[in-house]
Amino acid sequence: MRLRRKRRILRAMRKSRELRCLQDNTGRIRPGDVLLVSTVRNEQIRLPFFLDYYRAQGIDHFLFVDNDSSDGTSAYLSGMADVSLWHTRASYKRANFGVDWMNCLKRKYAHGHWVLVADPDEFFIYPFCDTRPIQALTDWLDNSGIRSFSAMLVDVYPKGPLDAQPYQPGQNPLDIACWFDSGNYSVKRNPLYGNLWIQGGPRRRVFFADKPEKAPALNKIPLVKWDRRYAYESSTHMLLPRGLNRVYETNGGEKASGALLHTKFLDTLTAKAEEELERKQHYGGSVEYEAYAEKLRKQPDLWCKWSEKYINWRQLEILGLMSKGNWA
Amino acid sequence: MSTVGIVMLVHTALDRAEQVARHWTAGGCPVVIHVDRNVPRKTYAAFARALADDPLVRFSARHKCEWGMWGIVAASQSAAEQMLDAFPDVRHVYLASGSCLPLRPVQELIDYLAARPRTDFIESATTADVPWTVGGLSAERFTLRFPFSWKRRKWIFDRYVALQRRLKVRRRIPAGLVPHMGSQWWCLTRQTLSAILQDPERQRYEQYFRRVWIPDESYFQTLARQYSSNIESRSLTLSKFDFQGKPHIFYDDHLQLLRRSDCFVARKIWPRAERLYRAFLTDPAGALKRTEPNPGKIDRIFSKAVERQTRGRAGLYMQSRMPREGRENGITASPYSMFQGFSDLFENFEEWLANATGTRVHGHLFAPGRVEFAGGDHLINGALSDSAAIRDTDPQSFFTSLIWNTRGERQCFQFGPRDNQAVNWLIARDPNAQVSVITGAWAVPLFRSNASFADLRREAARLQQIESQHLDILRSQWTKARVRIWSMADFIEAPMEPIQAILDEIGSLRQTHLTEAPAMVDLDGFGQFLQNLKNQGMHPYLMGDFPVEQGPVHMPKQPRKPYLVR
Repeated sequence: MRLRRKRRILRAMRKSRELRCLQDNTGRIRPGDVLLVSTVRNEQIRLPFFLDYYRAQGIDHFLFVDNDSSDGTSAYLSGMADVSLWHTRASYKRANFGVDWMNCLKRKYAHGHWVLVADPDEFFIYPFCDTRPIQALTDWLDNSGIRSFSAMLVDVYPKGPLDAQPYQPGQNPLDIACWFDSGNYSVKRNPLYGNLWIQGGPRRRVFFADKPEKAPALNKIPLVKWDRRYAYESSTHMLLPRGLNRVYETNGGEKASGALLHTKFLDTLTAKAEEELERKQHYGGSVEYEAYAEKLRKQPDLWCKWSEKYINWRQLEILGLMSKGNWA
Repeated sequence: MSTVGIVMLVHTALDRAEQVARHWTAGGCPVVIHVDRNVPRKTYAAFARALADDPLVRFSARHKCEWGMWGIVAASQSAAEQMLDAFPDVRHVYLASGSCLPLRPVQELIDYLAARPRTDFIESATTADVPWTVGGLSAERFTLRFPFSWKRRKWIFDRYVALQRRLKVRRRIPAGLVPHMGSQWWCLTRQTLSAILQDPERQRYEQYFRRVWIPDESYFQTLARQYSSNIESRSLTLSKFDFQGKPHIFYDDHLQLLRRSDCFVARKIWPRAERLYRAFLTDPAGALKRTEPNPGKIDRIFSKAVERQTRGRAGLYMQSRMPREGRENGITASPYSMFQGFSDLFENFEEWLANATGTRVHGHLFAPGRVEFAGGDHLINGALSDSAAIRDTDPQSFFTSLIWNTRGERQCFQFGPRDNQAVNWLIARDPNAQVSVITGAWAVPLFRSNASFADLRREAARLQQIESQHLDILRSQWTKARVRIWSMADFIEAPMEPIQAILDEIGSLRQTHLTEAPAMVDLDGFGQFLQNLKNQGMHPYLMGDFPVEQGPVHMPKQPRKPYLVR
């Protein structure tokens, strides 16, 4: 395992050469700041709301990797004092789906900081997020001696066809896609890395009903008090060293956990699915996007009678998707 | 000048400490501040300079404070001495920390203590009587030596404790002392405090307490028992502890709770809880009524949080709760019933059961083709799908999710040897399960089918083997479910009695007795069918004894009457 971790780190260092810095505001990062790292590609339309959301939550600095966007993402982000930006033309797939780039940025800038990894379509929810800033959470985690915080991916989707309500820049995606599946997830333990493997939600229900074992993993550990010796192994699903993956209680209690609301299912997906199909840069030869493209052409409705409408974190807590743990 | 002096122990968030100190002095209370020696000299100097203009603020000699070690007691001692020397009017000394926040106007605290001039407020209980233990140490705190920090040098701390236990080390507790423990935050009278500080034996006691674990929770608590004439064993400071013994932190959203707590001081407050500091330090007095402190309302919230962390919600499996087998605290979320063989033996059993009990009755949830949800639904609560492929990737998750999603409504479902058997152990171990089995009833559909006899024989052998394995599980010593097993022959002798017993246990909505019996399938010739199987060398033994030539076993309406009580 140590070798695997070292290999990850070496790989990250080698891949760091693919990144070209466009805007370096990392000098403004003060000790104790909470950082956010994200890889973007042609998602400029989502960024205004994304930045607003996380600034309100208390993120102090954003580190973006722009994977060769052609929609003006770099131009949009340049000039923002709390944003540092890197650009790359290299292959997303060969950088282990962006993980190598992020590992190297974090190794360099996030040592000793709490750092959140979120894609532009993911919105982090934690207990009391409506009344307490993210620093309250990280201070409490520090106090409790916890190094990593899990947040499961919860897919949200609109009612009716995806393109019925086009998404506008700056709009809250949850205004359109506010439905989710509350209780069709299955949880397994990965004995090798010690992380949990969660599958389910609307994606398995609709897109992977006939090959459910191929359904995407929903377990994520996006918030970590980073140390330069740490490395993400596969997306943010698992980390090395393995102790960081122990985000769950095995003696019957509950640890605190959050959720990442995944607002992938908007009208922007149709175009993206077709493009990703061409590019083949996603996990498992992009089977996921193949499934989407095929089903989306037939215009399915992800909504069903038992879909829940998202209200707030307390609702997710009651439904058992996340937990307050010992925090009160 | 007031009769209440505040001793403040500060180590972080100095700006907040300054704010609170000014609040105390504005109310007329002198404040002696102890700043942890781990705070850099420069920061300390700036802090001292900021408060230099306030004549009621003094700074005491600095000690290194570390959790669980002697430094905190030494700090309280020297600050308290300075308080007693410098402010002769002070009658009560209140020990507080930098992250404490006064909730009620200072004058109310002064009045409250003035009305009780001889009372010491210090929580102090003997170790034998209260289970305050962290790291498995209670009485041993006083009988072993603890020279190593628990926070920084956990490994050597544990090794040293183990070594002392092995060598059966027992320290002698100084004569006359009875160890007491309690909250670190006290409020003592001048008499008691000076008696403790000027005790001729103080050297000896200190020698002893220096090597006690967490002396700040026992030094004053033990010695106050020696000298005080009137101890109120409670702390005036509201402070709640989690399962690791760390204090819970208060945030902005606790404002209303804190207002209603009626306590004088709360700890600990998150330094960035701007609204709390603003509300309690700048609000005009008199907003709160004068009542006895009553933290009960807050208690509930925090004890719930501790329970959430240590026991969790029964039957929930999720990203941060994945109990090991045997540690579930409830394998499933609510009671349910499993029926095996009933739907083979009775026609439209599901419908009948739903009518009789008002519960949700599913078909075979683990059937090979698809999940037979009640009413033929494709999706059920929580958007759980009826796809057998999805279910079979993790049948246990499927089942626990189903019970979790429908908690509050009792679920009944059919089961049989044709179904996926992966959940058998889970259900057998589960006290929520009510399992009723008619063994051998799986043969009825075979008997009624049209398949060729060779196929029937093979199928019967397979099903019998599966069911017998399942029965072994249900009869094992680890089974916690409520299990009832009848052989088919026994059951059809008197079917209504067992059914009535099952329904009574479910506690159906209709409290009346059964008025309508389920219709049993026609079993004419079933005995011969079993005999044919036997003749082919396949002995079906699970059904019990069926005579080859028997009277009508399909129970015409008349004889069944006696079992019905109208």
